[in-house]
Amino acid sequence: MKPVSFEYVRPATVREAISILGANPDAKILAGGQTLGPMLNLRLAQPTLLVDITRIPQLVRVDETADVLTLGACITHASIEDGRVPDIGDRVLARVARGIAYRAVRSRGTIGGSLAHADPAADWLSLLSALDACLLLHGRSGERAVPLTSFVTGPMMTDLAPDDLVVAVRIPKLNRTARIGYNKICRKTGDFADAIGVAVYDPERKSLRLVAGSVGGAPIVIDDISPPLAGQTDGRAKCLDSVRSRLQSAGLGADVYELSIHTATLQRALDEVLPA
Amino acid sequence: MNLKNKPLNVGIGASVPRKEDDRYLRGQGQFVGDVRLPRMHDVAFLRSPVAHGCIRRVIIPDDIRHVVFIAEDLVGVAPIRADTTLPGFKSSVQPILATGKVRYVGEPIALCIAPTRAEAEDHVQRIVVEIDELPAIHDMLEGRAAGSALVHDHWGDNLFLTTAIDANFAALTAAATHKVTREYRTARQVMSPLEGRGVVAQWDSRVGQLIVHSSTQQPHIVRSGLAECLGLDEGQIRVIAPDVGGGFGYKGVLLTEEVALGWAARKLGMPLRWLEDRRENLTAGADCREHHYIVTAYASADGRLLALDCEATVDSGAYSAYPFSACLEAGQIGSILPGLYDFPHYRCKTYSVATNKPPILPYRGVARTGVCFALEVTLDALARELGIEPAALRANSLVQPEQMPFDNIAKRHFDSGDYPEALRRAVTMIGLDKVRGRQRNGETDGRRIGVGLAMYSEQAGHGTSVYAAWGIPMVPGYEQCTARFTPDGALELRIGAHSHGQGLETTLSQVAHSILGVAHDRIKLVHGDTALTPYSTGTWGSRCMIMSGGAVAAACDELATRLKHVGAKLLQTAVADVRLQDGAVIGPRGRIGVADIARTWYRRPQDLPADADASGLEVTAGYKAKRDTGTFSYAAHAVVVAVTPGTGEVEILDYVVVEDGGVLVNPMIVDGQIIGGVAQGIGTALYEEMPYDTRGQPLASTFADYLLPGPTEMPNIRIDHMETPSPYTRFGQKGLGEGGAIAPPAAITNAINDALSTLGVELLVSPITPRRIVEAVEAAKPRSAKPRAAA
Repeated sequence: MKPVSFEYVRPATVREAISILGANPDAKILAGGQTLGPMLNLRLAQPTLLVDITRIPQLVRVDETADVLTLGACITHASIEDGRVPDIGDRVLARVARGIAYRAVRSRGTIGGSLAHADPAADWLSLLSALDACLLLHGRSGERAVPLTSFVTGPMMTDLAPDDLVVAVRIPKLNRTARIGYNKICRKTGDFADAIGVAVYDPERKSLRLVAGSVGGAPIVIDDISPPLAGQTDGRAKCLDSVRSRLQSAGLGADVYELSIHTATLQRALDEVLPA
Repeated sequence: MNLKNKPLNVGIGASVPRKEDDRYLRGQGQFVGDVRLPRMHDVAFLRSPVAHGCIRRVIIPDDIRHVVFIAEDLVGVAPIRADTTLPGFKSSVQPILATGKVRYVGEPIALCIAPTRAEAEDHVQRIVVEIDELPAIHDMLEGRAAGSALVHDHWGDNLFLTTAIDANFAALTAAATHKVTREYRTARQVMSPLEGRGVVAQWDSRVGQLIVHSSTQQPHIVRSGLAECLGLDEGQIRVIAPDVGGGFGYKGVLLTEEVALGWAARKLGMPLRWLEDRRENLTAGADCREHHYIVTAYASADGRLLALDCEATVDSGAYSAYPFSACLEAGQIGSILPGLYDFPHYRCKTYSVATNKPPILPYRGVARTGVCFALEVTLDALARELGIEPAALRANSLVQPEQMPFDNIAKRHFDSGDYPEALRRAVTMIGLDKVRGRQRNGETDGRRIGVGLAMYSEQAGHGTSVYAAWGIPMVPGYEQCTARFTPDGALELRIGAHSHGQGLETTLSQVAHSILGVAHDRIKLVHGDTALTPYSTGTWGSRCMIMSGGAVAAACDELATRLKHVGAKLLQTAVADVRLQDGAVIGPRGRIGVADIARTWYRRPQDLPADADASGLEVTAGYKAKRDTGTFSYAAHAVVVAVTPGTGEVEILDYVVVEDGGVLVNPMIVDGQIIGGVAQGIGTALYEEMPYDTRGQPLASTFADYLLPGPTEMPNIRIDHMETPSPYTRFGQKGLGEGGAIAPPAAITNAINDALSTLGVELLVSPITPRRIVEAVEAAKPRSAKPRAAA
């Protein structure tokens, strides 16, 4: 399990990286290498050139406005976990980062790399889909912003062009009253999730947005269920029935186990955010 | 650590910190992968991509033909044969590189050499193998059926061996008012030591020796096997097992890769290295454990086990592995299945089935883990049928202490123990009554609590008579130790077994210290090198504390006699008047330390009288237990689990082990063995599974697919020791290295079934995965309660 021979370059700017990618159709972008590394060793990826983007200053930049946090693509999960970059409120990003794989993976793995790879079982994909985040992509034709929910087209499939680079992710900050519930079911600690449930609830705006992740493709976004009203005794049960039927119509009904665990993670995420 | 021991005792019974940990914990161990030799090249193997087929052609590009070797190149190399003399056994011939047919995915076809492993893998990629694929025997029951495709064409069927035991079964009477029948499957597993296999082979022209560094538990057996396959005298081969990163049975087998590298290193005059990678380990190397059972158990109305009737099948894989053979698992099932119980009627038939999978190998607990699962889960089902506590059925049926030593219904000779006491302690420790109370009240979080028990015994250090009856390539006889004082008065112990996690560098030092009084820092254990150590069948079967411990004691006893002779001369007194105590020979008028005696013997012989005994301070002594049928350590495991029926999540809330390993040489090391074994047992119970598709393709090729429990999956394990000495061993010690891995699948399954019994759910498979729980819960629901299927 050793990789094929390849060349290695480490560009200093985004522009340089994009021109190298444009000139080398067999090149692969190396960020944290936590997925690409094993794929190289297993020879599932056999690139002629690795383009290491981790030393590009622009890709570790953080921009913050009153409403939006923009994190450079090469910011590691560990930086987020440790609070070395700002959060969007309620320490949501740090909490989710802490549950990604193992610390060794978090020390090298990057938020941009994870999103570009678009593994359905990855945490950022589910969480940031629920938060309506945008990716900033840089390609030959310049920079563009793509909502994450349209960026991902299937399991490990995106609308990223071969010479596109994910530059940053733009995450809306949480409204003051908003709460986020996040739950995942893994066979063991650090393992890829079999089901991820995210609930974003804002009582002030009376909005509820749910995401079921690790569903084999792009996350399932459910944003047309009304949150139960305070004091409504069977509100939560009704809400859950709606969730279950949405999951079924999204194609999860055929497998009783899949339906059960995705319903369970969403229920637990809801329990975190809905008033008792 | 056991604080009951007197603080000054550092001999037998003391929790002495492990001597070997200093280098391991500092990362200073030296493993095969650390061996660096001038001009050493790396090897990668081209392996079969199909499970079963005929090789039509191997096309090797001309520019690499000289660094690629296939079967036809291996002139003068014999295949591996691991036959038994059991009646009806069919012999398999395992080629070093596949010839004619391939019989499992991963079987080596070509050996490729390059300066680095990456380049060797480049060679592998460039070779084209044309194979006419044949139907794969991917399932042992299908392989057993008439008309199945054949792994070995000339056999006529796929049965390595069939065995049958019948002890008075037909006499079963109407007193057997209750019976249950259950069918079980245990997954194929893969042993996963931290370090995989690895070989560095070189031909040393000065000494005329093939020197093989191998990550093995059995250096002397590997030497014998290599000599047979390569046609060399054993003296022309030296096998060195340096630090070995975990064995568990996987390092107790002669590999085709070892033979191939030995041949090529000699042929090319160039050191060669092959380090197994994890994909090879998972898909082509370390298979174990896959069993199928149909068990019927009978009880009387007053809750006593009366009879067992069993048909067991083991998926043995394609070849009989050297030296333990293809039948070590199935062949032992008949004798293990009665467990710790005393009952009058018994019948058991077993089948060792050849399939298109890698050869099945012995893994910690060998056969017992599956057998314990089949028996103990059946007993819980029987208890439910009787409407009594599973603990009560066991208590009614266990062999009683006053029956010891006891010959059981399968002619196994239990040496000593108090099984009912172990059960009582486990029931008390786990708080059975409290758990039952909690179950009646229910859980506020919707989970269900269950409690499960399992008991087993572990035959250890069984020797000549047992293995002679098997007639496999290896029969253990007398275990030997060379003990010698060095001129500075330090002590060397040389053994042919190997220590790779068992802590023998510490425990054998404790044995020697107890006899000779030499301090631990002056005792060195030499092991893992056929050139430096006496012959041994190696480390397996939980035998080392019994056999190597006995041999160390025998050699040290003889050294003590010689020390007393020389010491008495130096003290100018009669040998009858001296004694050896606290590291000194003590006479009526003075004392002399053993180090001074050694220094005098080697470096100041002028001080010895003319009539001194000439035999010296170096001894090789052999040892066999008083009976070679083995010791039987035993344990009761009890576990409490919480199960979430809707998601299949299982949390282990409490886990207790009551273990009797006879006299414990080092209780701390024993605790470590138990905890490590239970971790592996939890893997068997809940995580580990190597699935195959219908074409015989292994479906888990990384640890992302083959799940092992990690530290966060481990509960805190509470251990209680009983110490019933074995009447047959030197210090009353019993072997217990494997036991921890035997009972967890049974205990955890019983606990899960207990938790889910009110839902009508019973799981009879390992591992019990969340998916299996959810599907079983769903299947047990009454029709009306099932959610509507999606449109």
